[in-house]
Amino acid sequence: MTVVIFWVFPATDMENRMMVRTLLIRGMLVGFLAGILVFSFAKVFGEPQVDHAIAFESAMDEAKAKADLERGIHDVEEPELVSRKLQASYGLLTGVMVYSTAFGGLFALVFSYANGRMRSTDPRVVSVLLAITGIIAVYVVPSIKYPANPPSVGNPDTIGMRTELYFIMMLVSLLGMIVATMLQGRLRQQYNTWTATYLAGACYILIVFTTGELLPAVNEVPSNFPADLLWNFRIDSLGMQIIMWATLGLGFGAFTEYANRNRFGYRSGAKAQLHVH
Amino acid sequence: MSDTAIGSHAIPSPAPIPVREIAPWLIFGLLMLLALYFVGAEEGATSIIPGMYVHEWVHDSRHLLGFPCH
Repeated sequence: MTVVIFWVFPATDMENRMMVRTLLIRGMLVGFLAGILVFSFAKVFGEPQVDHAIAFESAMDEAKAKADLERGIHDVEEPELVSRKLQASYGLLTGVMVYSTAFGGLFALVFSYANGRMRSTDPRVVSVLLAITGIIAVYVVPSIKYPANPPSVGNPDTIGMRTELYFIMMLVSLLGMIVATMLQGRLRQQYNTWTATYLAGACYILIVFTTGELLPAVNEVPSNFPADLLWNFRIDSLGMQIIMWATLGLGFGAFTEYANRNRFGYRSGAKAQLHVH
Repeated sequence: MSDTAIGSHAIPSPAPIPVREIAPWLIFGLLMLLALYFVGAEEGATSIIPGMYVHEWVHDSRHLLGFPCH
């Protein structure tokens, strides 16, 4: 008797629909998990930088108030709407959890499209590749042009323009990545995978580089702002993103592989076994 | 009885989920983009809810997640 184990993937519409639902829930759960890790990292490493920056800001404000007072002008202190303590704990937690869970869900939707349409049939590989392209398109490239800034860097009057530019850069980067991915699929039929990826990558870089050159530069760092503080803040910001995308990429793939294994008795990457009795 | 490994190409690839089956779920994608908007931009450049409470509440995460602030 010969039994060849095949992975029978659900093919009916109903099963596909339920599959997207399962992936979406899984994505949000992994995103939530990632959020806990990102929050822990941000609390330990990011928050001290925020506090240092706020201390710098307060010192600047005090100096300005003192100078104004000498000239007979009384500065009105802005009321604190949310205390620093709350901002650094539950406020940070809320923002990070919402951000991570939302990205987990979006990641799952992209995965539900990409899985089965890429060269790799292993969900873990698909998931990791999506996370790598995701962090590059959504965070790394936009922040090379418009890096993350701690409090006291940034003029409140230009917030509208800065937000607009940041989202334009992110949108172009994301669209550029989609175009490059489609191009890679097309080129793969003509060339080998290496050449196709190489050319598609060059296309993406060309798109974001040109856009970055066309968009105006923003530099609102006060001249006496500590350079090491700015560096540490930006590195911590990058660290948070790496933790989130790594958890999404590795976690989502691992859970999907585990679920498939239980459901189909199939192991990705392992060779199909031919049992001869 | 013998186990013979055959090439991995013998494994059928997962069938792609048709776009029409993914499309209804994109509504959740929009909800997630809305959630990201509240973390990243509400009461900064634009505002749906009046006041500065949302902005101040997520203030630290907005800075650390790389969004423009102040």
